Amino acid sequence: MIFNFPFIAVIALILIGLYAIIFRKNLIKMVIGITIIQSGVNLFLITLGYREGAVAPIFTSLPSGTEIPQGMVFPIPQALTLTSIVIGVAVLALMLSLIIHIYRHYGTLDVRKIGGEK
Amino acid sequence: MNGMSRIVKTITSIVFPFIMIFGLYIIAHGHLTPGGGFQGGAVVASGCAMILVAYGSVWTMGKIKEKNLSILESIGAICFIILAILGLGFGTVFFKNFLVGSNIIFGIVPSFGSTISNINTAGVIPLMNFAVGLKVIVGLFGIVLIMAYASRRRDNK
Amino acid sequence: MSKRNLFALIFFVIMAVFLFISSLMMHPFGNPEETNMDDEIIENAQIETGANNGVTAVVFDYRGFDTLGEATILFTAVAGVMIIFRRMNK
Repeated sequence: MIFNFPFIAVIALILIGLYAIIFRKNLIKMVIGITIIQSGVNLFLITLGYREGAVAPIFTSLPSGTEIPQGMVFPIPQALTLTSIVIGVAVLALMLSLIIHIYRHYGTLDVRKIGGEK
Repeated sequence: MNGMSRIVKTITSIVFPFIMIFGLYIIAHGHLTPGGGFQGGAVVASGCAMILVAYGSVWTMGKIKEKNLSILESIGAICFIILAILGLGFGTVFFKNFLVGSNIIFGIVPSFGSTISNINTAGVIPLMNFAVGLKVIVGLFGIVLIMAYASRRRDNK
Repeated sequence: MSKRNLFALIFFVIMAVFLFISSLMMHPFGNPEETNMDDEIIENAQIETGANNGVTAVVFDYRGFDTLGEATILFTAVAGVMIIFRRMNK
């Protein structure tokens, strides 16, 4: 059994995204960091609802010998992850649209030049 | 963005109907197999985005107007809310599943445990799948189309 | 290294240590402890909603308000993109 390895993978994804947001100066790279954090959060939600050796909560032609409550993973984290993915697409589209506007207006994507910090 | 070469356009025209059929299958069988309105809508919208990449945004914007996309998305949202309000009218609460157990359509309740898939089940869930599927198709494709058309190269025009 | 980068590095290290410690203190992977709500839904979803797919039953029936808010957010995103690019399309 892999002990808590998926949680450590979640932490690694979130830290990679946080690094890109804090230390990069390009707006596109910061958006990529936000998207990586979002993937980490989705993976975290899915990981919370996993039961060992369980199948998806779908009753159509179930494998024989499946115990009904104990042999299925949680449906609620999966539904919330579905919500989270669609919200992520919406937020990504708005961020990229604003970045296109910023590039047309300032002519650069460097946050130091946009913010006037020399 | 102008269109790509003739090979890409031909292959796109061949593959596009199969992507459509697959996405609509996922939407229609959302209450039986893995999938649903959001996933099938994403599949169909990515197929439409393939058309957009192959033929160019100016050609696609000439075929499909932006206003029609807005109207279709509003129709999807209004159908979803009307189904929820019908639950308030025929049942007891908002989002009440009023069709399950009735004899009208989609009314059969399956037996507990592993069953064979029967599409005539699940009450208002297939109808909501169609409404949300229409909304997601038009929403995602509209976002991609507008962003591609707005960031096209100006000097060719 | 400027002062801003130093503060950012300190914040990043504190965040990393906090997240790693909290990930080691989670429940072991594959053995969740509180299962009452999801067991209830798995047992009753097929009888109450008639859908074979448990996830769809949760999305459209048990948590329909979440889906309504999500549809609203998608609508708002499309409207926002159209408003942002309205002047640019001309």
